[in-house]
Amino acid sequence: MNRELIERLAEHLNEVTGFIYPNEVEIHWSILVVVYPYITGLVAGAFILASLVQVFNVKEVQPTYRLALLTALAFLIIAPLPLLLHLGHPFRSYEIFLTPQLKSAMAMFGFVYLWYLMAVLLLELWFEYRKDLVVWSNEAIFPMNWIYRTLSFFSTDISERAVAFDHKAIKIITLIGIPSAFLLHGYVGFIFGSVKANPWWSSVLMPLVFLMSAIVSGIALVVFLYMVITPLRGEGVDMRCLDRITSFLFYAVIVDFTLEGLDFIHRLYQSEESIKILSRLVTDKLFISLWVIQIFLGMLVPLGIMIAVKSLRFNAELRRLFYFASVILIQLGIFATRWNVVIGGQLFSKSFRGLTTYKMEVVGIEGLIAALGLLIAPFIILAVFLKIFPASETAEAKEAVSS
Amino acid sequence: MIDRRKFLKKAIWFIPAAGLFRHFVKEGHAKPATEGYDPANHLYGMGIDIDKCIGCGRCVEACKTENNVPKEPFFTRTWVERYTIKKDNSVEVENIESRNGKVGDRSTESDVLRSFFVPKLCNQCEHPPCVQVCPVGATFSTEDGVVLVDSKRCIGCRYCIQACPYGARYLHPETRTADKCTFCYHRIVKGLLPACVEVCPTQARIFGDLKSMASRLVRFKRTKRIHVLKAHLNTEPKVYYGNLDGEVR
Repeated sequence: MNRELIERLAEHLNEVTGFIYPNEVEIHWSILVVVYPYITGLVAGAFILASLVQVFNVKEVQPTYRLALLTALAFLIIAPLPLLLHLGHPFRSYEIFLTPQLKSAMAMFGFVYLWYLMAVLLLELWFEYRKDLVVWSNEAIFPMNWIYRTLSFFSTDISERAVAFDHKAIKIITLIGIPSAFLLHGYVGFIFGSVKANPWWSSVLMPLVFLMSAIVSGIALVVFLYMVITPLRGEGVDMRCLDRITSFLFYAVIVDFTLEGLDFIHRLYQSEESIKILSRLVTDKLFISLWVIQIFLGMLVPLGIMIAVKSLRFNAELRRLFYFASVILIQLGIFATRWNVVIGGQLFSKSFRGLTTYKMEVVGIEGLIAALGLLIAPFIILAVFLKIFPASETAEAKEAVSS
Repeated sequence: MIDRRKFLKKAIWFIPAAGLFRHFVKEGHAKPATEGYDPANHLYGMGIDIDKCIGCGRCVEACKTENNVPKEPFFTRTWVERYTIKKDNSVEVENIESRNGKVGDRSTESDVLRSFFVPKLCNQCEHPPCVQVCPVGATFSTEDGVVLVDSKRCIGCRYCIQACPYGARYLHPETRTADKCTFCYHRIVKGLLPACVEVCPTQARIFGDLKSMASRLVRFKRTKRIHVLKAHLNTEPKVYYGNLDGEVR
């Protein structure tokens, strides 16, 4: 028997206020399940930003296009890991693919994930990089030339016709990709939103709230990376690009804020059986993470900053500073959003008569260090990607922007 | 000679086909629970007579012994709650099991309006949310109306624990799979009673077959005012409470 678990649960038992069902002492979905929707949100958001360039022809955003796609891929590779580590039997996880129970929302995970990875992201990246891969395979020295050659699947055609086809393919993939990105993260929201036993989760707005917050966090992440990486490469940050992206970010935060506000008002107005315990939850257990971090620091402050930047004439340096501060605060806020949904939804009893506490492990598989590792890993993967597939603007793209 | 295109095409078919094959192999190995037992002839349920429960906690103890449930209070297939409603309408609820079954009599305290015990267990819902959410079909409804977990199939994702409105499930710390009340399925298919029903000294738990008009359960349902827990969630429980108080959730 797991002594450490028993001791931890005995400690939890002392923290319970009011009455909870005996089986509710253990918090079942831990920090890893917070990390999972956070990471998939970043994937979906980064992809939506990339599609702005392709589908909506927002040329100013072009400098972040490849970065956004590679970011999405780096995070998508890590996305299933927190779920896998969290399972009681990780080695049985393949059962989800082999014998899925089709009525289960969770059973769809594998298919949604694979579809997004194989049919959208990898395909779009391949067409985007194909021409470069061919060029690099001729220029680079061993063994990189062979790596490029293999990754281009030994294609050699960089005629105008072939490149035009690449562009057309990318357009079509993005068109499929946008609903797919919506599916990827809206679906994560559905996993929570469809649990009718849990009034904190059960809401039709949940997939939409997840989606909008995903877009917010994904855009903020790409802005952050763009602002960090560009100076490291010895290049200047393109302020037109930055102004445009943060403008999109601003509107995305407003829509996200509105949706969450609507959800909140709706709950308050309907005032169902659960309202008393939920108000105790948000004023007691979630006070810091919800009101202070998610809403004040993660939404109101960045919104205030962006309104100030929009209405006052700051110089480029000051704008960069403000943008940088905003995207970091937004990241913090969205992580708190995930925390408040996943952990918050387990801190009250389904008897609506009591609250419990979540004490995070530090070293265990479901602990803080594992979670941090999973959050850092995508950045390392991204660094490798950027090394192998430089994301700096191609000459072609520069021409397109200037024209 | 198989070319690349053909190979890929075949591979695309192979993966789902292998899954299906595996599924049928598993199904093929399934054996009937007991010789001569036909689940189609039964539909099990349980009645709880609130007025008879004395909160002794023997049902909890018997269940833990019978089903290898950990002794700690935070893993349980069944438990007994005590409700104490005070004269100012405030409600106190406590779990008898977590106090090792030793609780004082509260009904004589001067500020108490009424007090009673409520045994809880899996409601063996007709529309079980736990079965709906299980990604691998490890949790399933049997033909005779019991919701079971296949611990060899369960991947331990705990979605079912989240989806159960009654807190009836827990993750078994040894098997790392979801666990819950089975109505002592291994006993009932042999015609025995569930362990909790067998040991109850006041017959507060009434087990029976809803398909048999002669069963004690059907008589209980006929003679008592019956409530089920959280009826608004439309899970259609098969655990029926006689004289249930409105405060119970």
